[in-house]
Amino acid sequence: MPDLSDSVPDQPGVSRRSMLKGIAGAAAISAVPGAVLAACSSSGNGGGSTSAAGAGSSSAAAGGSITFGSNYSDPAPKDAFASVVSAASGKTGVKISVNTVDHNTFQDNISNYLQGTPDDLATWFAGYRLQFFAAQGLLTPIDDVWDQIGGTFNDAAKSLSKGLDGHYYLVPLYNYPWVIFYNKSTFQQKGYQIPKTWDDLIALCKQMQKDKLIPFAFAEKDGWPALGTFDILNLRINGYDYHIKLMKHQVPWTDKGVTDVFNQWAQLMPYLQNGANGRIWQDAATTLENKQAGMMFQGSNQVAANYSPKNLPDLDFFPYPQINPQFGQKYMDAPTDGFMLPNKAKNPDPAKTVLKYLGTAEAEQTFLKTDHWDVGLANGLIAPTYNDIQKKSVDAISACEAVSQFMDRDTVPDMATAMISQIQSFIDDPSSGNIAKIQKSAEDQAKTIFQ
Amino acid sequence: MLTLLIGIPLLVDLAFIWFPALASVLLSFTQWTGVGSVHMKSCDAFPTAPGIPKPGCLFGVQNYNQALHIYPAFWPAVRHNGIWLGVFLLIATPLGMLFAVLIDRGLRGSRIYQSVLFLPVMLSLALIGIIWELIYAPDKGLINTVIGRNHNNNLIDWLGDPHLNLWAILVEATWRQAGYVMVLYLAGLKSVDPSLREAATVDGANAWQAFWRVVFPTMRPINIVILVVTVIESLRAFDLVYITSKGNPLRGLELLSVSVTQNIVGETQRIGFGSALGVVLLVLSLVPISIFLWQAFRKEVQR
Repeated sequence: MPDLSDSVPDQPGVSRRSMLKGIAGAAAISAVPGAVLAACSSSGNGGGSTSAAGAGSSSAAAGGSITFGSNYSDPAPKDAFASVVSAASGKTGVKISVNTVDHNTFQDNISNYLQGTPDDLATWFAGYRLQFFAAQGLLTPIDDVWDQIGGTFNDAAKSLSKGLDGHYYLVPLYNYPWVIFYNKSTFQQKGYQIPKTWDDLIALCKQMQKDKLIPFAFAEKDGWPALGTFDILNLRINGYDYHIKLMKHQVPWTDKGVTDVFNQWAQLMPYLQNGANGRIWQDAATTLENKQAGMMFQGSNQVAANYSPKNLPDLDFFPYPQINPQFGQKYMDAPTDGFMLPNKAKNPDPAKTVLKYLGTAEAEQTFLKTDHWDVGLANGLIAPTYNDIQKKSVDAISACEAVSQFMDRDTVPDMATAMISQIQSFIDDPSSGNIAKIQKSAEDQAKTIFQ
Repeated sequence: MLTLLIGIPLLVDLAFIWFPALASVLLSFTQWTGVGSVHMKSCDAFPTAPGIPKPGCLFGVQNYNQALHIYPAFWPAVRHNGIWLGVFLLIATPLGMLFAVLIDRGLRGSRIYQSVLFLPVMLSLALIGIIWELIYAPDKGLINTVIGRNHNNNLIDWLGDPHLNLWAILVEATWRQAGYVMVLYLAGLKSVDPSLREAATVDGANAWQAFWRVVFPTMRPINIVILVVTVIESLRAFDLVYITSKGNPLRGLELLSVSVTQNIVGETQRIGFGSALGVVLLVLSLVPISIFLWQAFRKEVQR
């Protein structure tokens, strides 16, 4: 059903332009023979299409039908998502068919996807990563959806779901904390105490080394995990406002605050697992699970999800110790995932109906039935299926005055990419000379990225 | 009929090679995130909003300026492409030629050697990357486990250490390239008239002399093909590094092709900047290709 209202009114000739854009994009890539493979890999939709038939098919006709682009491509979240979709279908009468795409492919392709023929709804992330696309007119504001679901969420979740223009663009589903994980049995056996301050933490690390344990399991081959360590040190030393300003380049990377973060990190370097730049995080998590390491700082979405169910009851965590008393333990990274409505969606009305359902505690609870590492964002939600880690996560996140998302979600992705290679350089050489070099290069690159 | 036979490939060539290449060159003078269209106005004419990209605009030679002076991966990438070429020219290709000559001499079990050495060529580079990842992994990889360097205080970080990882990857690449060259060269050797070698032996040349003075010169066409293949393979080196880095930049493994991809493919795209890097790679590739074409055409004229 071709409908003129599908094309955006203030951009005449969108289809021709976006086609030209596609050609030019392909052109830019194919000028280099070696890059062709990348072009193929990014356009290949490595996923199948599944359809959730609405429970009541007669009401489905009345409710319309939508397609849902999903990056929940791993088996566990895929199943969880399928159960939410079928619940949404049953409740709203909207027939939903899901297009699952490998999550890296989905993210790499997002800009072409949103400008081409996107699904009516899509999975996405909160924070800057949302604002970036909203500001470029690729998403539809969903203030009317929030008029109904606003009561479900607290102010932090609300501000995470807004674009820079103050309109809502996202319905959040879950988040998860970045904290220090440890095995209860190890701490009991050796009589370790939970460190409250930086000095406690360093003392604990020294003790662990004496006990022939690697204090911190650590991996950075994937690029992003160590950004979390930078984030938390920055939040502990300089606070949340500074973090956000730095991410938006309102504070230069050569600032003394950044030097402090790297210097603090340099103190911790002797206690981090060696060879991090060549290790994937799953291997680091296994080091913790095998009790060769005492602690690991990463998201529960990774560490807890990587643990075998047998060992999961032994896993516990504590928030990163205090460094600067002014900021205590008030902040942490708690990345939030949710759903957005692309501007070029063909069926925005049934899509909004579905979003209204997704913004309920019930929908979150359905999703979390099979997910034992994330927590829902609905106010006061304690799903009956929560394990100890999840219950503790809820408390830890709600104890924060503000939560940041993650460096690669709070700043321009290009800047996060630039910092990945700088931080890998820091891990190789945490000397003050190299720190100065890193800060200068980061600032030079930030100037070109934020121009 | 002849016009049609030449015309169709020419059109396809223009549409799929020359047009995209030209478009890349033009895009390299713009700043563009791939959203909306490119405006024919200078970027200075648009207001800045922190963190939100400007619409596509003309950027002059700024992309090249940034690549040369600010982008930290640029010079390492150029150097690494050069090292790659050097290793291929000096190690991988001669090794493949040596294998071919040895197998051609009819060693016992030469068919087995031939199959074993050719096997890596049949595997996709992506698969090779994954196989070697298992060999190089720091904690439970094959090498570190065998030599006992898999403990936290003594492990060797083959793929993460920027002083080691390029060489580790080059071992993977050589492993494959040698087999490839071997097969090409073996085909060439088979086509050399055996009576030439016999004549040389009768005249008292030893095996070394017979090869370098008689067989090698008669194989000039195949030698040129191998030289071109080697140069092209090293300039377009991409897959192994991309697989090893999982799309993220691993320090020590910067290559021009990887930098192009990093900037153009992804959640936010710096298409103008990535195109500028692509153009640099194009210009570098043109040097050996031009020399080859110039040589080839000069011979034609002489004949």
